[in-house]
Amino acid sequence: MSETLTRTPRRSGPARRVGDVIFSGTSRASALLILVILAGVAIFLTVEALPVFASESEEITGGQGFVSYVWPLVAGTVVASIIAMVVATPIAVGIALFVSHYASRRVGQTIGFVIDLLAAVPSVVFGMWGMQVFAPKLVPVFGWLEENLGFLPFFADGSATGRTLLTAALVLAVMILPIITSVSREVFVQTPRLHEEAALALGATKWEMIRTAVIPFGTPGVIGGTMLGLGRALGETMAVAIILSPGPFTWNLIGTGNKTIPAEIALNFPEAAGLRLSELIAAGLVLFALTLAVNLIARWIVDRRSEFSGAN
Amino acid sequence: MSTPTKDRTPARRMDHELDHLSGIVPSPVRPAPRHLSLMVLGGAVLATLLIHTVLDRSLVLSAVIGYLLYVIGVNVAYRLTSGSRVATDHTMRALVYGAFVLAIIPLVSLLWTVVENGGARALSPDYLLQTMNGVTGVHDKAYAEDGAPMVGGAYHAIIGTLIITGIAALISIPIGLFTAIYLVEYGAKNRLSHAIRFMVDVMTGIPSIVAGLFAFALFGVLFGVGTKNGVAGAVALSVLMIPTVVRNSEEMLRIVPNELREASLALGVPKWRTIAKVVLPTAASGLASGITLAIARVIGETAPLLVAVGFTRVLNLNPVDGPMNNLALYAYYMFTRPLNPGYRDPSIERAWAAAVLLVICVIALNLLARLIAKFFAPKTGS
Amino acid sequence: MEKSAMSKRIDINDLNIFYGAFHAVKDVSMAIEPKTVTAFIGPSGCGKSTFLRTLNRMHEVIPGARVEGEVSIDGRNLYGRGVDPVDVRREVGMVFQRPNPFPTMSIKENVLAGVRLNSKRLSTSAADELAERSLRGANLWNEVKDRLDKPGSSLSGGQQQRLCIARAIAVRPQVLLMDEPCSALDPISTLAIEDLINELKSDYTVVIVTHNMQQAARVSDRTGFFNLEATGQPGQLVEFDDTQRIFNNPAQQATEDYISGRFG
Repeated sequence: MSETLTRTPRRSGPARRVGDVIFSGTSRASALLILVILAGVAIFLTVEALPVFASESEEITGGQGFVSYVWPLVAGTVVASIIAMVVATPIAVGIALFVSHYASRRVGQTIGFVIDLLAAVPSVVFGMWGMQVFAPKLVPVFGWLEENLGFLPFFADGSATGRTLLTAALVLAVMILPIITSVSREVFVQTPRLHEEAALALGATKWEMIRTAVIPFGTPGVIGGTMLGLGRALGETMAVAIILSPGPFTWNLIGTGNKTIPAEIALNFPEAAGLRLSELIAAGLVLFALTLAVNLIARWIVDRRSEFSGAN
Repeated sequence: MSTPTKDRTPARRMDHELDHLSGIVPSPVRPAPRHLSLMVLGGAVLATLLIHTVLDRSLVLSAVIGYLLYVIGVNVAYRLTSGSRVATDHTMRALVYGAFVLAIIPLVSLLWTVVENGGARALSPDYLLQTMNGVTGVHDKAYAEDGAPMVGGAYHAIIGTLIITGIAALISIPIGLFTAIYLVEYGAKNRLSHAIRFMVDVMTGIPSIVAGLFAFALFGVLFGVGTKNGVAGAVALSVLMIPTVVRNSEEMLRIVPNELREASLALGVPKWRTIAKVVLPTAASGLASGITLAIARVIGETAPLLVAVGFTRVLNLNPVDGPMNNLALYAYYMFTRPLNPGYRDPSIERAWAAAVLLVICVIALNLLARLIAKFFAPKTGS
Repeated sequence: MEKSAMSKRIDINDLNIFYGAFHAVKDVSMAIEPKTVTAFIGPSGCGKSTFLRTLNRMHEVIPGARVEGEVSIDGRNLYGRGVDPVDVRREVGMVFQRPNPFPTMSIKENVLAGVRLNSKRLSTSAADELAERSLRGANLWNEVKDRLDKPGSSLSGGQQQRLCIARAIAVRPQVLLMDEPCSALDPISTLAIEDLINELKSDYTVVIVTHNMQQAARVSDRTGFFNLEATGQPGQLVEFDDTQRIFNNPAQQATEDYISGRFG
């Protein structure tokens, strides 16, 4: 046996301890850095937004103070995102069920990949497609809505270009489809096999099995995924910035008008300076708070679900 | 198939407690003719074509009506042959398939549009190797009217994308990976790791434009208001990328069997060497795949760069000095602010070509991630 | 031959093991002689595996686990001040319930893992020699000598377990702990491992936990019976004696009940 293997009397070798200390120290520091970054986002945005709250209301864009500047933006953002969420959720749940319970494993994987692609397409490309292809296609639909449902305030006056809040919301729906789908699929797949087989063994059809076993089990997860999708839609910038031709807030979803916070920032930031810059950053802070609230609720719902599903 | 266990039956009303209801026969189910749904589908397709050609309605409208006819047809057909329960089953099936097709349509339309509008230009060497330096609306007019060759490409934007994304990856991968190591290997279930996991979730939800504003504000405070450069953009992208890297890596480290850690520790290997030489190599393919996906997620980001990096028409290789360009931003500016408002087409063509390059990048990265995960996974015997 | 120095005597004094507030094992004292095979038997949850892990401080991997008392190997307390658990584990090797070869490494790399992972440089010839010697020691050499570069996971379950034993003895421990090493194996592989344990005895002090009483009777010189009075109570060492005596004429009623299959 060669001398390399000769046993040397060992004590706690300092070299080894150093390795452990450095390694665990680096890991811990990285983890703490996450907290620092997140705090930094809030702090730096607040610092840069402060001039807005210190200035006279006449100096703010619109001349009536920050609140009246920002509320139409908030309203536009929320309306567009909620429409997107409402449109996307049933379709996403349908796809998730298709992948988890109808398609074969192979087909399911392929669809999973396609949906991943949908998630990966850059938002600027969605915006270009939305403006050039989708918006013109919607113009006749808007005309029909105006003609037949024009008594509703939402469909008062159809746009000739199709570049409206509803168009933007529908593109947002496509964009948030993947996240809702993937969260829903994940919970549907986790449905205890025992429950499914119990239902099937009682003579249930596939849909009855899904209704009695899969959906009750998956509902909280789907709600959480939907909220995550809403958060994504609230923050989506480029697609809206390209598609929507901005204007003051209006309930008319198919006409010109409305703005969203992220699009407002993107459209005005490059030329902004001084107080205008602070204004936009303050609007960003409002957006941050809004998405934070939505995401916290979403996580709370998803986590609560995972707690009690542990019993299954 | 296992027999149903009494206490675990999810549908309570089917439970044995309801034995007093015996005698009530559930709605019976009869076998349907084979291929019934295919026959209905054929009928619906035929109806769609008829509406389109004979009634001269648009293809989209005809397809919508055809699909509704299909759903109704399936319901009626199965109700007649097999009873209402089977009818509901097949109706839901039709709706689920419909949801899937509905989601595929925009993707196909989008990819088609991108390729059709930008495919040719994206692959021309001029486009790939020229910047927009000195290119003006005059050139575009000449191209559109006199058939002069198109000048001006996306070379500077391609290089800018690579530099900014590369720096973002250099920042994010170590931070993300070590955070994941902390969460899985050191933090166990302590409070800090709970807090961090929560914060990573919160960070996942930060809107991309807010990340851009953060980087802008940070660099404004550190280096003077209005500082816009490539590193600021990379910092903004890192805010978006780190949570993805953490989550993907955490998942991958967690599926490394504990037995391997124990085997290594029991050989008298210190913990950090166990992590570095046993855990990380075992998870390597998964980690690489997750990181690739994280890069794919940020490579097409526009908003944060619009805010933090600014925009230029010339090639800038220095990420700490002044604005740079990147593909997504290039596409955005070309699309919304054509060089020559009178002759928009050349600019729009450039924008779509940039979109082609972006989509190719994203698809390639996604495929790469799958291939890494598939072919480099360690072969576990058990 | 230096091998004689490899097997060491283990003394355990009033050892108590806790998981957080839960008292898992209570007041164990025993002496394990060098070059013997000692088996621990007992019903599930009686703390025998936990106790085994405290002999090389592997229990510390589980958060919240701690011990009170003393474990000495040739008079040196494992839990003494300034003793590094990493050193302890190199002197007291361990083989686990399920074979766990490193999936990223070949058969040969697996055997050398303990040395290589400690960043010791090995010349090619020394590495070859160590690999062959360890594999021979684990009765695996003849089966794998032609495919040393194949992944460790390409072997059968029983071969993998012997590979793990080869890996453990490659760092030349003084004591070898085995935590139900055959519970995931078929009868033929089990027989091979049992034969191997018999051979290892001539060089190492072997401590084995097993669910299988026949196995304890077949392989061990001394047997300890662990039991708990009720669920939630700490496990205790009920009886520790020569294997012959434990199985033929136990002193305690509980031992006899367990041996004769009346519970457990």
